[in-house]
Amino acid sequence: MALPFPKRKSVPGVLASFEHIDSATDAIRGLRAKGHRDLTVYTSHPNHEVEAAVGHTNSPVRLFTLIGGLTGCTAGFAMTIWMSRDWPLLVGGKGIAAIPPYVVIAFELTILLGAFFTLGSVGLLSLLKAGRRIAYDPRFSDDRIGVFVAARGSDVATVEQMLRDAGAVEVSHAS
Amino acid sequence: MTTTALDREAEADLQFAPQLRMTQTHADVTRDVISTLGTPSRGYYMLLFGAVGLFLVGLVTFAILLKDGLGHAGYTPPILWSVFITTFVFWVGIGHAGTLISAILFLFRSPWRTAVYRATEAMTVFAVMTAGLFPIIHIGRQWIFYWLLPYPNQRYLWPNFKSPLIWDVFAISTYLTVSTLFLIFGLIPDVAAVRDKVSGWRRFIYGQLSLGWQGTDTQWRHYSRAYLYMAALATPLVLSVHSVVSWDFASSIIPGWHGTIFAPYFVAGAIYSGIGMVLTLLIPLRKALHLEHMITDYHFDNLSKLTLLTGSILFYAYAMEYFVAWYSGNTFEQVTFFRRAFGPMWWAGWTMIICNAFVSQLLWFRRIRVNLTALFVISIFINIGMWFERYVIIVSSLANDYVPWAWDGMNPTWADWGILAGSFGWFGMYFLLFARTFPIVAIQEIKEMIPMPRRRAGGGHH
Repeated sequence: MALPFPKRKSVPGVLASFEHIDSATDAIRGLRAKGHRDLTVYTSHPNHEVEAAVGHTNSPVRLFTLIGGLTGCTAGFAMTIWMSRDWPLLVGGKGIAAIPPYVVIAFELTILLGAFFTLGSVGLLSLLKAGRRIAYDPRFSDDRIGVFVAARGSDVATVEQMLRDAGAVEVSHAS
Repeated sequence: MTTTALDREAEADLQFAPQLRMTQTHADVTRDVISTLGTPSRGYYMLLFGAVGLFLVGLVTFAILLKDGLGHAGYTPPILWSVFITTFVFWVGIGHAGTLISAILFLFRSPWRTAVYRATEAMTVFAVMTAGLFPIIHIGRQWIFYWLLPYPNQRYLWPNFKSPLIWDVFAISTYLTVSTLFLIFGLIPDVAAVRDKVSGWRRFIYGQLSLGWQGTDTQWRHYSRAYLYMAALATPLVLSVHSVVSWDFASSIIPGWHGTIFAPYFVAGAIYSGIGMVLTLLIPLRKALHLEHMITDYHFDNLSKLTLLTGSILFYAYAMEYFVAWYSGNTFEQVTFFRRAFGPMWWAGWTMIICNAFVSQLLWFRRIRVNLTALFVISIFINIGMWFERYVIIVSSLANDYVPWAWDGMNPTWADWGILAGSFGWFGMYFLLFARTFPIVAIQEIKEMIPMPRRRAGGGHH
């Protein structure tokens, strides 16, 4: 079940299913060496070997976390200071805009906006590829490892053969 | 095969705690956890009806308070914070164990958290949801609670940001939001795993809730990073929330409240009470859902050690409070603490000390730490003790302020007990519904603990 995005285009290619992690990573490395860059690997849990084989760099999520945290911190101080000065009332012998008590508010907003930006960025980064419909098998969330390779025409047969040679237990053609 | 630093760390975890080495396969884990979502037993429905019944008691009590006002509750000047605020602090405290286990132990790479963190995190969210109701009940005019929030209004007024009560509004609402997001975020891959195993309308609903999760390499790449940062954000948050709650008291000048030790004292107490509630819930849940092979003695042993640590910090804090009262030379401070132990509320004072400081010391013995019956009984003592701790701190301090002729005791009324009972029903109802609707053990994280099958023997690690 996927999100109801309107024009999701199916990507033609080959979908392979693996039982063994080393077979899957062999296949990924082999395909990448042959110039197949449009790969999608499905695993039921995050796996470092897959990550290394696919060759991902660090996710940009951390940048969003930083921006969110800084925005929250600034907003916390700006809001409290501006609101105190907007209607100046002396409370507890402190200055109108007293920094130490406002640290608490700024801290909470740092965390809150940091969390919003972090999760928001995951959603945003996932949307980048949401327009493509790529073949999937429900067993990939259980114990199988899936590898989808975008391929068309004469490539299909070669890719299928490579996946089988690497040890795929099932290979199917998706159009 | 090259191994990354993270692989070596994961392997080191298992060497450190061989008890965690699982014999199941990935398919076993999916099947076992999803089997907990099957048709509930009669016992489950009885518990659920019990919880809903208690919640209704609370609801009716609240309706009467709404109609007539707070006069029905046991407020007696000068004790104008009593059972509702006590119960508020109690539930916020319960809500601390979950994030401690899910976020702090995640950053510390304590692998034993994996099997228990989902249940404790759910408990956290529901406990904070319960806690949040109490300040609103307590303010009396519940329909204008939003005056606590900074919004442009015709009175041209802004909240007083120098007040710890406003800090509390921000701390609790941030904590509720972030811990709920953290719980939901952790659930997404597991909900997708359930979606792929069920059929019919269930498949549709879990499918919508899984937000299109497929476990692709790109999704995991962003997800794992985001989870790490969420844990890093939640860690200072969980330590700050109960500190802010403690400042509700510590920044006033009431004898018995005005102590610099309050923040760490409250945080330790919160974690202690939270783990107490985790034990109370997890011991029967493990049996009812047949999760004995996933949640083992090893987990209870570790939870008990955490209880022992925080219980001992409480022991120290109690002793230190008495020392500070004596050493301060302040008569009012001294009288307050004398009357805590020997005044009209001596029974509450001793309940708190015995249940928290002394009962927790039993956990020095391994035989008790792995004896689930003993542990369950101890956890009940912890729950009772920690409710009384807040009752003693709040009520007995207010009862002995600076004007001796105003000194008075208070007796909770049916309205206090009705709302308290309702809060347990409200909390229990959500927890029971959650336990049968969502995977109570994190499927995806348990799978991470199990090495993936290999065609070639050796060569690299998980």
